Amino acid sequence: MSALHRRERSVALAIAALAALLAVVRPSYFSPENLVDLLLSNLGVMTTAIGTTLVILAGEIDISVGSVFAICSVAAGAAAVRGAPLPAVALVACASGAALGLLSGVLVAAAGIPSIVVTLAAMIALRDGLRWATQGEWISGLPDRFQWLGLTQRTYPAAATIGVALIACAAAWMLRGTFAGRAIYAVGSNADAARLAGIRTRRVTCGVFVAGGLLTGVGALLNAVRFHQIPSNGGIGLEMKVVAAVVVGGAAVTGGRGTIAGTALGVVLLGAIGPALTFMGVSAYWERALQGAIILAAVAGDAIGARHAAGRPARAAAARV
Amino acid sequence: MSALLLADSITKSFAGAQALRGVSYDLRAGEVHAIVGENGAGKSTLIRILSGAESPDSGSLAVRGAPVAALTPALAHALGIATIYQQPSLFPDLSVAENIALARERGGLWRRVQWAGWRRDARDVLARLGVAIDPDRLVSTLTMPEQQVVEIAKALATDARIVIMDEPTASLSGQEVERLLAIVARLRAEGAGIVYISHRLDEVFGVADRITVLRDGRAVATRAAASLDRAELIRLMVGRDLAAVFPTRSGAAGGVALDVRRLSSRASGLRDVSLDVRRGEIVGLAGLVGSGRTELAETIFGLRAADAGSVRIDGVEVRIHRPDEAMAHGIGYVPEDRRQHGVVLPMAVAANATLASLDRVAPRGVIDAAAERRQGERAVRDLGIRTPSIDAPVEALSGGNQQKVALARWLAIEPSILILDEPTQGVDVGAKGEIHAIVNRLADRGAAVLLISSELPEVLALSDRVAVMRQGTIAGVLPRGDATADRVMELALAETAKEAKAAREAKAAREAKAARETR
Repeated sequence: MSALHRRERSVALAIAALAALLAVVRPSYFSPENLVDLLLSNLGVMTTAIGTTLVILAGEIDISVGSVFAICSVAAGAAAVRGAPLPAVALVACASGAALGLLSGVLVAAAGIPSIVVTLAAMIALRDGLRWATQGEWISGLPDRFQWLGLTQRTYPAAATIGVALIACAAAWMLRGTFAGRAIYAVGSNADAARLAGIRTRRVTCGVFVAGGLLTGVGALLNAVRFHQIPSNGGIGLEMKVVAAVVVGGAAVTGGRGTIAGTALGVVLLGAIGPALTFMGVSAYWERALQGAIILAAVAGDAIGARHAAGRPARAAAARV
Repeated sequence: MSALLLADSITKSFAGAQALRGVSYDLRAGEVHAIVGENGAGKSTLIRILSGAESPDSGSLAVRGAPVAALTPALAHALGIATIYQQPSLFPDLSVAENIALARERGGLWRRVQWAGWRRDARDVLARLGVAIDPDRLVSTLTMPEQQVVEIAKALATDARIVIMDEPTASLSGQEVERLLAIVARLRAEGAGIVYISHRLDEVFGVADRITVLRDGRAVATRAAASLDRAELIRLMVGRDLAAVFPTRSGAAGGVALDVRRLSSRASGLRDVSLDVRRGEIVGLAGLVGSGRTELAETIFGLRAADAGSVRIDGVEVRIHRPDEAMAHGIGYVPEDRRQHGVVLPMAVAANATLASLDRVAPRGVIDAAAERRQGERAVRDLGIRTPSIDAPVEALSGGNQQKVALARWLAIEPSILILDEPTQGVDVGAKGEIHAIVNRLADRGAAVLLISSELPEVLALSDRVAVMRQGTIAGVLPRGDATADRVMELALAETAKEAKAAREAKAAREAKAARETR
């Protein structure tokens, strides 16, 4: 666990360093308008990333979140246009996400297909399915009460932030303090051992996909209410953003290691760095390169740490023969 | 005759455990020199050193009289040493010819592929072995014995003069064994030296010229096979000091807690296993590696399916399909490979200790942190787990203490039936004694304990009865008074003197045939 806290500290330090630099070079970065804008555009990423953290902790991966995000947005919009009340709209977004997560989860857990394959197929099929269903048309004519979830442009950012923070806290508490959370870590670090300890590993695997889908639905809703129209091609590249944030936040891609706090810091760092470059007049082309460098630095740190730890079990295994 | 391969005073230790203590071994051209020993005697380590997979801590190696400073797998290959492992290590998606060619060819990545040559060579080599396998077949379509033959063909194709065979017959049936032994005889007649490792003593007597016995990492004897008999060989293999202190236990066994009747499973290789364990009783389950002990435990625990037979708990027939169902019936299972299955290494001691009993510390799914701490602290106290704190990850503990954590997890569910699979494997002597005491205490409290162990002294000292498995079935059950190392080994190997004699005669016939053919 100490290694984790180290990662969270270093990501926090990187954010602080970036903030300090910006405060000196481009104080305008901290204007309320920019901060609110930054916040709003990342709330959906944050929510989705929390779900993906659960999936990755359980030793799986879900790269279909971008397509699921698009479907949930369109489904919510379609419900809203047809006059559904706000709670029903929210329910539609969440339920669509959870149902798609369940589909992937069942294919992974029951059929035993690797999650990278299942969710790659889902990513493509869902994206093209949505394009076919909408014929590429955007949803417009959204009712006013859909905007800002019925709140105002002033109150929504604070309310949504509090909501996402509550979700993050709930997820963190679930991971630390419940049977389910313990089971997720156990399955992710050693599925065989977890099964031998009586944990229903398939249920856990299925469960994280459902939770991941559900949270993607929430993220899609929080994102959709910001605009007057809902694109039928939303969420493109979201899976990369989200996985990058989770990895930078210290979660092991092989599962069993990571925290919600780490993911949250990862989202903040990667979300803040792009606009920061723009503010500093650096070409936008550098944004991705820099994000890639951050991911590489984080993962390289992991690999070096793992190499140190790996010597022991290998030798112990040889001693048994 | 000069030594083809000479190992002198080899020592090797792993993480403090001494695997080899000054072992010397020599191999002459044109002989089969077998290595035998109990599980854990150091056979595999010696092979790994002879094949260059491990380097010794001290001692020296020489090939054809020339000292070899640092043997690596590549160097071993260049020196004509070929190793054939128990499980064939072929490329399943390549053809037989390609597999053989890969063993033989070294050199540039960009050289041209000589398809015709590959095929011809493969055919030649296979013909020398007297087998008809199409060189164009994919290895994945071959049967296990055919793959074994391709491994040997690889060795032949490289003109290996030193062939190391590690349990080559473990997965072969009677007739296939005969064929393999005929090939061994032929290799020898061609002047190769063969290091032959096997658990099957009749086979060893049938093929070996000399036999080296390893015990506790020492070579206790090297004898001509003809000068040894089975009884003497077994005595050499197990004859260790049994005076090691084992705690004694009093207390009578109660009613039958676990009753396994005619359990069979084709997939797991179990045949008609019947076994019962009473309350307060420790039943040892002995047998060679691969005799089906772990498979039996896993079947009882719901990890493997049975085709036929029944399991009764306290007289009531139960159907168990999953570990959690087994747990609901009061069965605990401490698996063999603790790092793989017993504990979750990055998790804290307390979290590991409560993982199987989360329903107790987490009623309604929410973990009661105080209850978890209490249970973790109790486990540390009761089992004497040496750990900096209950929050330390299990990977930071020594092997013995990791094992105690794995035990603690199951003691926490207060099992009425506890299956222990090699509970002291790779555990230091001190922790071993403590684990023995824990097992005894558990049985004294009325648990039925099924103890799987490859360490005979442990089985003999702890068990009220010893059941011996062989080839997926119970070969015999010995009460405490009758269970001696010799009797257990006799049952585990289960060949009669008559069979050994037959094996010797078959050997003579094979040799005569091989000699005729090479002439």
